[in-house]
Amino acid sequence: MSALVEIRNLSKVYERGKQKVEVLHHIDLDIAKGDFFALMGPSGSGKTTLLNLIGGLDSPTEGSMTVGGERIDKLSEGALAKWRSSHVGFVFQFYNLLPMLSAQKNVELPLLLTKLSAAERKKRAGIALQLVGLADRASHKPTELSGGQQQRVAIARAIVSDPDLLVCDEPTGDLDRQSAEDVLNLLQMLNRDHGKTIIMVTHDPKAAEHARHTLHLDKGTLVEQTTVA
Amino acid sequence: MKYFHLIWAALFRRKTRTIFTLLSVLAAFLLFGMLDAVRSAFNAPPSAAGVSRLVVSSRISIIQPLPQSLLTRIQALPGVKDVAYANWFGGYYQEPKNQNLMFQIAVDPNYLDAYPELVLPADQRKAFNETRTGAILGEAAAKALNLKIGDKIPIKGAIFTNKASGDTTWTFDIVGIFKAAEDKQRGQENQMLFRWDYFDEGRTFGNGTIGWYIARVNDPNDSDKVAAAIDALSANSDHETKTQTEQAFQLAFVKQLGDIGLIVGAIMAAVFFTLILLTGNTMAQAVRERIPELAVLKTIGFSNKSVLGLVLAEAILLIVLGGVLGLLLAQVLLPAVNAGSGGRMNFPPIGGSTWTLGIALMLGIGLVVGVLPALRGMRLRIVDALAGR
Repeated sequence: MSALVEIRNLSKVYERGKQKVEVLHHIDLDIAKGDFFALMGPSGSGKTTLLNLIGGLDSPTEGSMTVGGERIDKLSEGALAKWRSSHVGFVFQFYNLLPMLSAQKNVELPLLLTKLSAAERKKRAGIALQLVGLADRASHKPTELSGGQQQRVAIARAIVSDPDLLVCDEPTGDLDRQSAEDVLNLLQMLNRDHGKTIIMVTHDPKAAEHARHTLHLDKGTLVEQTTVA
Repeated sequence: MKYFHLIWAALFRRKTRTIFTLLSVLAAFLLFGMLDAVRSAFNAPPSAAGVSRLVVSSRISIIQPLPQSLLTRIQALPGVKDVAYANWFGGYYQEPKNQNLMFQIAVDPNYLDAYPELVLPADQRKAFNETRTGAILGEAAAKALNLKIGDKIPIKGAIFTNKASGDTTWTFDIVGIFKAAEDKQRGQENQMLFRWDYFDEGRTFGNGTIGWYIARVNDPNDSDKVAAAIDALSANSDHETKTQTEQAFQLAFVKQLGDIGLIVGAIMAAVFFTLILLTGNTMAQAVRERIPELAVLKTIGFSNKSVLGLVLAEAILLIVLGGVLGLLLAQVLLPAVNAGSGGRMNFPPIGGSTWTLGIALMLGIGLVVGVLPALRGMRLRIVDALAGR
């Protein structure tokens, strides 16, 4: 498999007042297209920072990042926003759905940035909701859904514009065991059946078992890479 | 338009707060609509066209008296049907607070002919003509002050001293109660009319002078021409006149309070300043609460400019929604206010210029209250906002 994500000598330094905190140190990493990676490590190890950089939410201090052949570290803020809209889907720990919109309208959000007609947006959002098993909840507001259902709506929103890459930050961190299992199975299905490349930050070894590879970070450095049997 | 549902949903994310803010915007623009009508009424170009009754007063000020000698000269002008005259008295019955319940005017014998809408039974009119101290009251004034025919009432004047009493108290015999012919003229029932000869002979100064003349014209189409002819009679004299419609004359009374345009402008500036503070604070709070949601929009690909535009559009929508409702309400209420004044006021309906100015104000205020929250939304760093920093 060819590499979808190529990271070379990547460092990230945050300035907190007068202090400089180096969160990631000279990381080299390749993630193949269609892979499912779990990023693990203790709190403060740099997992979310690495995920944010791969998703184009932040810029590295040093090094290069190529995703899908595009040097995203070279893109301007506007270009990066456009790139995110068509190449990356995001899933957060706390779902981050817009509470005033229905599930359908939440899923349609990324499509507002396209030239699709309202009817086509609705159709595609419907298909995405069907894929995550929530077609019958399209008109429900997030507060009318369980945590697991909200996370599945968030996954539908992440995949509706058919991105190559899904970045998931603790997607099961706020869910009970059964809902977590459902969400992980859904991610597995998207990886296996739809070829989505997934990078998932998790603390939970059980969740990591659903990935093909596990990557361990400690103090901003990659310490171990394992392949799940 | 594809973002409209997003803006609308964000606006009504907290319904109660938004509705209260909308009500305050509505109230501000309701006031704007009403006050702009007042301003328009005062600034309307003077024209008597189409009016059959003209009021002639001093050009310098309506409190400046005119010579009685003008009466016959006005009557002699072509196009003039008849002329009456009157003088403001400015007193009150029993208590100063009653002043607005009954305005007193000294009138000549022809006055009721000039105002056929004041309906007085023939026997009461006869009594008025025959009683030197007689006074007739509008039905509304009589009801408000609990007065009836046969009552003898003292009126405390503001200016005019009575030779008989030696002070400003004048005594009148109520000999009639008149009614307005139509409901819209009911404002005229807050008057007490009394005889000119009693007033003129009893006062200690200004005898033989007139407060204002009322000239009726034969053809309303000639009103402008007749008005000009009346004013020409005293041109370059020490008592130049200004002939105008009754509405303009009544507005001139109010204008004595001060520069109406300035007063209206000052009130509106205060109202809109308060509105900006209120809605600005509401918008800032609304955006502050939605920082994570705006970060999500940016995460999924909304550009900085899009976020700026969404928040600005939300602020403008809030103001335009409340503002349009306020102006529409003003448009509905103005005719009611005119009707309620009993014909004393005739404010113009809200026209194109008021709407244009109103919409411009709405857009301007929307931009002012939205710009800072919008900039905040535009500048937020996604990773910080998502991490709650």
